[in-house]
Amino acid sequence: MSYYRPEFRHPDLDVNDIGYTLKDYEGSLSTLCAGCGHDSISAAIARACHEISIEPHRLAKMSGIGCSSKTPTYFLGNSHGFNSVHGRMPSVATGAAMANRDLIYLGVSGDGDTASIGMGQFAHVIRRNLNMVYIVMNNGCYGLTKGQDSATADYGSYSKKGDPTPFEGIDLCAMALQIGASFVARSFSGDKNQLIPLIKAAMSHKGFALIDVVSPCVTFNNNDGSTKSYEFTREHMAATGTMDFVPMKEEIVASYEPDSTQEVTLHDGSVIHLHKLADNVDPLNLSNAFQTVERYRTSGEILTGLIYMDPDSQELHERIKTIQKPLNSLTEVELCPGNKVLLNLNASLR
Amino acid sequence: MKPTDIKDPEYFHKVVDCQYACPAHTPVPEYIRMIAAGRYTDAYMINWESNVFPGILGRTCDRPCEPACRRGRVEEEPVAICRLKRVAADNKGNVSVHMPKIPRKKNGKRIALIGAGPASLTVARDLAPLGYSMDIYDDQSRGGGMMRSQIPAFRLPAEVLNEEVDYVLDLDVVTHFDTTIDSLASVLEKKYDAVFVGTGAPRGKDLKLSGQDEAAANIHIGIEWLASVAFEHIDKIGKRVIVMGGGNTAMDCCRTARRLGGEDVKVVVRSPFADMKASPWEKEDAMHEDIPILDNHVPKGFVTEDGKLVGALFEKVDAVYDENGKRTLVPTGEEPVLIECDDVLMAIGQENSFPWIERDLGLEFDQWDMPVVDPVSFQSTREDVFFGGDAAFGPENIITAVAHGHQAAVSIDKYCNGEDIMGRLSPGVTLISQKMGIHEWSYDNAVPSDLRYIVPQADKSDTLRNRKLEVELGFDRDTGYLEAQRCLNCDVQTVFNEGRCIECDACVDICPTLCINFVENAEEEPLRQALLQPAQNLTQDLYVSEVLPTKRVMVKDENVCLHCGLCAERCPTTAWDMQKFLYSVTKAGWSA
Repeated sequence: MSYYRPEFRHPDLDVNDIGYTLKDYEGSLSTLCAGCGHDSISAAIARACHEISIEPHRLAKMSGIGCSSKTPTYFLGNSHGFNSVHGRMPSVATGAAMANRDLIYLGVSGDGDTASIGMGQFAHVIRRNLNMVYIVMNNGCYGLTKGQDSATADYGSYSKKGDPTPFEGIDLCAMALQIGASFVARSFSGDKNQLIPLIKAAMSHKGFALIDVVSPCVTFNNNDGSTKSYEFTREHMAATGTMDFVPMKEEIVASYEPDSTQEVTLHDGSVIHLHKLADNVDPLNLSNAFQTVERYRTSGEILTGLIYMDPDSQELHERIKTIQKPLNSLTEVELCPGNKVLLNLNASLR
Repeated sequence: MKPTDIKDPEYFHKVVDCQYACPAHTPVPEYIRMIAAGRYTDAYMINWESNVFPGILGRTCDRPCEPACRRGRVEEEPVAICRLKRVAADNKGNVSVHMPKIPRKKNGKRIALIGAGPASLTVARDLAPLGYSMDIYDDQSRGGGMMRSQIPAFRLPAEVLNEEVDYVLDLDVVTHFDTTIDSLASVLEKKYDAVFVGTGAPRGKDLKLSGQDEAAANIHIGIEWLASVAFEHIDKIGKRVIVMGGGNTAMDCCRTARRLGGEDVKVVVRSPFADMKASPWEKEDAMHEDIPILDNHVPKGFVTEDGKLVGALFEKVDAVYDENGKRTLVPTGEEPVLIECDDVLMAIGQENSFPWIERDLGLEFDQWDMPVVDPVSFQSTREDVFFGGDAAFGPENIITAVAHGHQAAVSIDKYCNGEDIMGRLSPGVTLISQKMGIHEWSYDNAVPSDLRYIVPQADKSDTLRNRKLEVELGFDRDTGYLEAQRCLNCDVQTVFNEGRCIECDACVDICPTLCINFVENAEEEPLRQALLQPAQNLTQDLYVSEVLPTKRVMVKDENVCLHCGLCAERCPTTAWDMQKFLYSVTKAGWSA
């Protein structure tokens, strides 16, 4: 048995702006099933972070329980991480973000962790517009417990040894739009060309960013009749458009036909180019996004790409006007302002 | 690009960089695995089949395999392939039981082999088991040719040489030593069915500089001097010695001079140090023995006093390269440099010489007075005379001579059987899955990060006192194991079956060296640039699949594949498999 990754990497690996190669964004070797879509998403996250030069110590990986929630071990091995209770990642992430607003929070969850046990938490973290990226590795089944249907399994979809699903599946993107998410996207683990720019944009977005990623379970849900298999997803995938993400520092060299491209500048100065948008699709318009999602759902197509974003959204810290500094940087002077302040406070309440 | 035809044996052959670079195409990873497994005798026999002189080559080979080694492209140093070969030779058991059986009844064909060096011995080794009767002629008193006369004993002990020469001669080859052939016609008169000429490149070049005639007593031609030392006609040299030349013979000359009384020995070479023909390790060994190498010095003449050599004059030059890389040595204009010395050894090259071949025998000679020899069949323009080794196309090295010998043997066998000598069989090829189970492969797919191990040497104070004391001690078994594990097993091929692929990207994501891609097809140049990690090493091929269901193709850049098997490990559908590719060069006597 010699299942481990050699130390050697390609000698010509790109070095990013802060001096790191892709190797510095890798994690441990995956223990998921061979061919699991989740591994591709892990690789996409690592590549996105390398390409936009995220400092590994400035990112915290948050997860719950499930195959998906194991993956933070398999990428960004030099970053912070917290593997929380099943379905409770949003509240742990909220606590962490409240304590230290300077970190980038990357939540990783699954369809069970999000749409079943964690549904309440999911709804409220969206409603509060916590500044985080929330990636759902969505395979429509409970892979870790032998592949039972999950709440996102589509009506009539078959898993490897099951009957057709008798219930309608929950569309996490539609739900997120409803509750007020400020960035909603869907993608496919097998399409990194789409997924990587989405992850980059989500990380630059101020506020809650959901990316629902169809991620086939090769072991229990990649069979004929499944609507979350590699083959079905490829055949039924439609995209809102293509997107390029240009980080703030980079000179913009690509040029597009003015009619076909929309530029969105994010709060940190980065720019998103949306081009080749499908007919009647406008990801910057919420009511259009509702209609688009519904239109594609009824036509049986899997809508991917950026569905909606509000580049001017107010994230949680701004809404509740918290202190600008991370709590761990506060000194005794700020934390214990003294008896006089206390007396004034008490007086104001009398 | 068109899909790669992996049924063409040359495709995967090229992936095994070491074997591909070896003139004799020895299956290097196969024997290295056996060394790691402690199967020294088996490792020896694989070598013996392919290169005939594992113990000799394990000490003296020019190692074209090592600069080619893939390991050298992912870290600093290639695998010490050559010295691992010696580990097999040093630790082997009784190999005589594995030697080919010689038929009691001969096939009635008689072959003359002129010269008893590596080329002729290889021909003898290949033809003896087929029943040929062979006479081998040499003017030396024992077999081995230049391996005996030119390679000093401190690099190649006589017992190693004798053992491996004898394995061949013991195959019922009739020897005629101390026999100088001075007429090819006289050999042809003996009505041999075929004659093989493996007489090497026996003539050392000479410069004929001013003052040379006067100083002749102390100016020696390198290879002749080495031969005189080897046969114990010479046992001393002056204290101050200049060796002219920058090849491996110059290195052997200077190191031998150090052992024969030379205290102040210098190598003086025309070219820049980096351009010298000598192998880097041979230069290192010379410098380790306190021999300075003065580069960019062109010899101009000799200085004598009272008819005796006192020094040599050199002009200093700079190497200037034009846009095509062609070098010119331009004098710096400085005063000539006088280097005082007692003796000079000239090791500036050697050449073929065929005064003993009559020009009316039907053998064509070219404008340089060299015999015209076919580069595939090694047949001359006279159908029953074949050439090989340095005698065929000028000075090369032992392993090239062996490769020639194998091919000449194929030709001789076909010629003697009245077959078309160009109707040669394809190489023997097998491709077998190495999968044993989950996470189990029948080869060590782990890739240790160990750096190249250094071969220990005997103490310099001892080796410089004794010309015959071997300098290199060779790896011990434990170090041999560790060095063997550095091999990347490039012969265990990544074989892709597009029919099974579901394009899940698992192989792309796991590959440590970003070799694997699923992209839209294109012509080679744009395709190389379109890869995750652009494929800049143009000497390494791209492995391209048929078009997949998503209209993309799988493209693998072979350049720095570690053959770790993770792609196959992470593939859910066994579209990738690790399969051992064994390539055997066509041998005499093979039939379809």
